[in-house]
Parts: sequence; C-alpha cells; structure tokens
Amino acid sequence: MIELQALTKRFGPFTAVDDLSLSVGRGEVLGFLGPNGAGKSTTMKMITGFLPPTSGRIQVCGHDVGTHPREAQAALGYLPEGAPLYPDMTPAALLRFCGEARGLRGQALRSAVDRAIERTELQGVTAQRIETLSKGFKRRVGLAQAILHDPEVLVLDEPTDGLDPNQKAQVRALIREMSGDKVIVLSTHILEEVEAVCSRATVMAEGRLRFDGTPAELRQRSRFFRSIELHLEGSPEGAQAALAGLEGVESVEPLEGSAGRSAFRVFPRDKRALLPEVTALAHARGWSTEHVFVDPGRLDDVFRVLTRDGAREERPGTTFEQMSSEAPAQEEATR
Amino acid sequence: MNGTLVVFRREFAAYFSTPLAYVFLAFFLVLTGLYQWAFMGFYQADQASLQALFSGLPWLFLALIPALGMRLWSEERRSGTMELLLTLPISVPQAVLGKFLAAWAFVGVALLLLTSEWATVAYLGDPDHGVILAGFVGAFLMAGSYLAFAALISALTKNQVLAFVVTLVMLLVNLTIGFPGVADWLGGVLPAFLHQTIKDTSFLVRFDAISRGVLDLRDILFFLSSVALCLFANAAVVDLRKGA
Ligand SMILES: Nc1ncnc2c1ncn2[C@@H]1O[C@H](COP(=O)(O)OP(=O)(O)OP(=O)(O)O)[C@@H](O)[C@H]1O
Ligand SMILES: [Mg+2]
Repeated sequence: MIELQALTKRFGPFTAVDDLSLSVGRGEVLGFLGPNGAGKSTTMKMITGFLPPTSGRIQVCGHDVGTHPREAQAALGYLPEGAPLYPDMTPAALLRFCGEARGLRGQALRSAVDRAIERTELQGVTAQRIETLSKGFKRRVGLAQAILHDPEVLVLDEPTDGLDPNQKAQVRALIREMSGDKVIVLSTHILEEVEAVCSRATVMAEGRLRFDGTPAELRQRSRFFRSIELHLEGSPEGAQAALAGLEGVESVEPLEGSAGRSAFRVFPRDKRALLPEVTALAHARGWSTEHVFVDPGRLDDVFRVLTRDGAREERPGTTFEQMSSEAPAQEEATR
Repeated sequence: MNGTLVVFRREFAAYFSTPLAYVFLAFFLVLTGLYQWAFMGFYQADQASLQALFSGLPWLFLALIPALGMRLWSEERRSGTMELLLTLPISVPQAVLGKFLAAWAFVGVALLLLTSEWATVAYLGDPDHGVILAGFVGAFLMAGSYLAFAALISALTKNQVLAFVVTLVMLLVNLTIGFPGVADWLGGVLPAFLHQTIKDTSFLVRFDAISRGVLDLRDILFFLSSVALCLFANAAVVDLRKGA
C-alpha cells in the first residue's frame, strides 16, 4: 500500500534520500532505523506529501502522492518528527480540528475524538493548553491526531521518543494492536523497539537502504550471534586452546573474569549452534561451569557495522563478502 | 465544510484564545479615540462625520496590521505546525485563504467595535450615513490588502520580527507616495504615466476616494485584486518553500 520508486531528495547539492525503492504491504509494520541525518524523516515527509521529491514516485493506497496528494493524505495518518502541535489549543480542540479537516462531522467526529483520547490515555489533559503539557503528553496528542480517523496507513516519526517506560509499552501495544489491517511505517532510535513492534526492519544511512529484512535477521547479522560466553571456576589449564580446537569454532576470546574465575567467548564458524559441543567439552574436562550464555546477537553492533562509512547497500540474500572488503573477518562471516 | 472553513474556524478561534487579541482590540479602540481627539481641530467644521477617524485609519493600520499578519505563516514555519497543517487533506490554497479570512474577520470585529462611534455621531448630529458606510467598507477593504501583503511576507520567513519590519516598511512606502504632499511633488518630477501608476496603486489614494463616500467599483476591485494577487503569491511561496 506504500510504494516508493527510485525516490530521491536533494537539498541543494546535498542528497538526503538517494534512489530509494521500497514497497510496504498491508499488515506490515516497517521500522526505519538509521543514524542521525540518514534521511528517515525526509523520506516520511515525502510519503506524507509534505516535501516534493526531487525525483521518483510515491504511491499511498494506490494514490500518487505527486498528482493526488489530497487522496493520499486522506488515507494516511502522520506523526511528524517532534510532534508539532498548535501550542495555544487544547488536545480536545486540536483533535476536533484535525477531525474536521479530515471530513468528520457530528457524532462520527465526537466518537473518533473520544476513541483517540482513550487509546492514547489523554483523558486527564483534554482541556489543558498543549503548551503546558509535558513532552510525553505532547507526543501522545500527536499520536492521537495521527490515529484519529483510523487511517489505512500510519507514518510515525519517532513515536515513542520522550515517553516514559509505561507509555512506551502502551504505545507499542497500541501499534501492535492496530497493525493487523494497516500499513505502519515508524522510525526509531531504539533498536529493541524494532523487535518489539516491527515485522520488518530497514536500516538507512546516507539516504540509502543498508538493510531490509526481519528484525530477527537483523540481529543475526551480529558477529556475536550464537557466540557462547563461558564462565569457569578457577583457571583450567589449556581451556582456551581446547575450545578453539572444537569442531566449528572460529575463534576464542578470553574475557575479563572475576576473581578466581576465567571466562571466554567462543565464536562459531558460519553462525552455527555450538552449545552441545561446548558443554560436552566442559563435562569431559571436568570444568566447573559457573555460567553459560548463548548470545542472541547485538543490534547495536549490527547497526554500527551497517551504517558506518564504507558499508554498502545490502539485502538478505546478498552475502557479506559483497558488502565490505575491509571489515574484520568475524563481521564478514555469512549467516 | 471544506478545508478553507475548517482552517478559518481554527484560526479565528485562536485569536480569542489568547489575551493578545483583546489587547489588540483595546489598543485599536484607544488609539483611534486618541488620534481623533488630537486631530479634532482639522475637522471641527464638520463634527457630524467620522472624517477624523477614517483619515487616521491608514496610518493606524500601518502599525497594527503587520503585527497581526506577521505570525500567520512564519509561526507555522518556526514551530513546525506547517507540517501538521499541510499533511492534513487540505490544499495549500485552502489553508492560505482560511488563514487570511480569519485574520480579516478579526479586523472586521475591530471595525465593528468602531461602529459605536457611528452611533455616537448619529446621536449627536445628522451625519451622512452613506459616507460613513463607505468609509467602513473602504477601511475593511484596505485592511484586507494590508493583511494579504503581510501574510505573503510572513510566508517568506520564520522570523516574525523580520516579517513585521519588512511589511511595515513596504506599506509605509506605499502610503507615503500616495500622501497628498508627496504625491503632488512626485507629480512634478515624474513622467505623467509613472505618476498615474503610483496614484493607481496607492492604498491611500484609493481609500481616500472611498471614504469621501464615492464607492467606485474600480477602487473596490483594486483592493480585492491586490488581495487576490498577494494570496496567490502567498500560496506559491508556501508550496515552494515548505521544507525550507
Ligand atoms: N530543509 C532542509 N534543507 C537542507 N538540508 C536538509 C533539510 N531537511 C533535511 N536536510 C538534511 O537531510 C539529511 C536527512 O535529514 P533527516 O531529517 O531525514 O534525517 P533523519 O534520518 O530523520 O535523522 P534523525 O535520526 O536525526 O531524525 C540531514 O543531513 C539533514 O541535514
Ligand atoms: Mg528524523
């Protein structure tokens, strides 16, 4: 329901979004990740018809945003970055205004406003001027405005920024709950949020897509994925060499152990599961195992690898060898 | 209810949600009273008219209308609400028109308050009601032209003070070249066609004609078309400089 075709946005000589093509279908919750300045917000501004693209096409629910912006905008709800709102209005008045602008009248308008207030838990502040609300409440008013008309497409630019942990959980639950029959595109700097709510994760950097896949696939890109952290009592002779000698082990790194203990991180070759081999070895050698931990992969580490300079666009299916020649060996290991 | 009306209603209500609007109205009433009292001498011959009121309005509007119009778009741009407004299914021309009409209606409220003076002169004497009505119509039209221009300048910058100053200076130039003494002097030094053009595009000359009681269609059309031109440019500027 959202189609981006070769979307490019330049500000003077600077290219903010570079030849971006993407298609998001009903039921998908797509997360945009990427460092500051990656072009996430710029892309969203173009999808919602605020900024005209320099070149390329956008369709929302079959409406071309360039030629039929009103139809496209009617089908979508948008939370702009920073949730800009009229400071001298109350949430109730603002929501009524947005509802009227979207063609809602009378009873339909009232019930839409009430429902949005309820879903974003704004009941206590509906009659308070927006400028006197706390940051998190402002964000929730922005969110209420976006979901007001139960749109088919939701574009949310950092929806949980500034929310307390309870509200973050509430908003994530709301997004999950709405996701069934909608298209939701959101951006976030909270990597775990993508796993919590998104069915699809994309990583942008320098205006280009660096990754497009499931959140699980994203995590599996980590060099730590399925690596095993092993904490042993005492310092058994030759432990590191023994671990390194195991079938399927790529390398072993000694870790900082606490007093009287030793610790290792065992990296598997080809990201295979090594736990049986490692525990069997520990058993056979009679090591007293304090703690074993299989690393599920670290998103921040994948994020860093994908977005730093020199990394190139990469989708599932393309191999790491194509991606970066100067990356350390462990990062180059293919899934 | 279409987009224009929705925007109009929000904007118009917004004026009255802050004390600023009441300050503005009070200021307006006090100042009109003040200068009428100060200039009374010039018009003593003809007390049963509002000539003193109307002759001062172009200059009072010069200060007040830029203050009213400066925030129309620059505030939207500065606070980012432009993104909220323009991603609603409302077109740019609808938003431009709705905002302008709300501001114009607010000036209309101010002028309505002034009609109390009309009642006063009617009570005290026997004024020419046609002339006074023409004066109010002319004042409303002139305010509209000022406002549309202020809105256009406001769309060009996110700096309200800059918008205020630029609008004020440009309007001042327009008023000055139409001021009788200046206009006569210009008539002596400028080629005839230029002098005529200046007179034709002068808010002051047009307004003076109307406030003398001559509701000439050409003067009315002049004000309305200057509004249309400014709003058209306003919409183009908003459209082209949305992201900037
Ligand atoms: N109006 C503008 N004029 C010039 N450059 C702009 C403009 N808007 C955005 N940019 C530039 O485009 C790039 C992308 O900005 P964008 O806001 O899309 O980043 P982002 O991915 O949303 O970043 P963040 O995570 O910080 O929100 C940035 O380098 C920014 O400076
Ligand atoms: Mg952003």
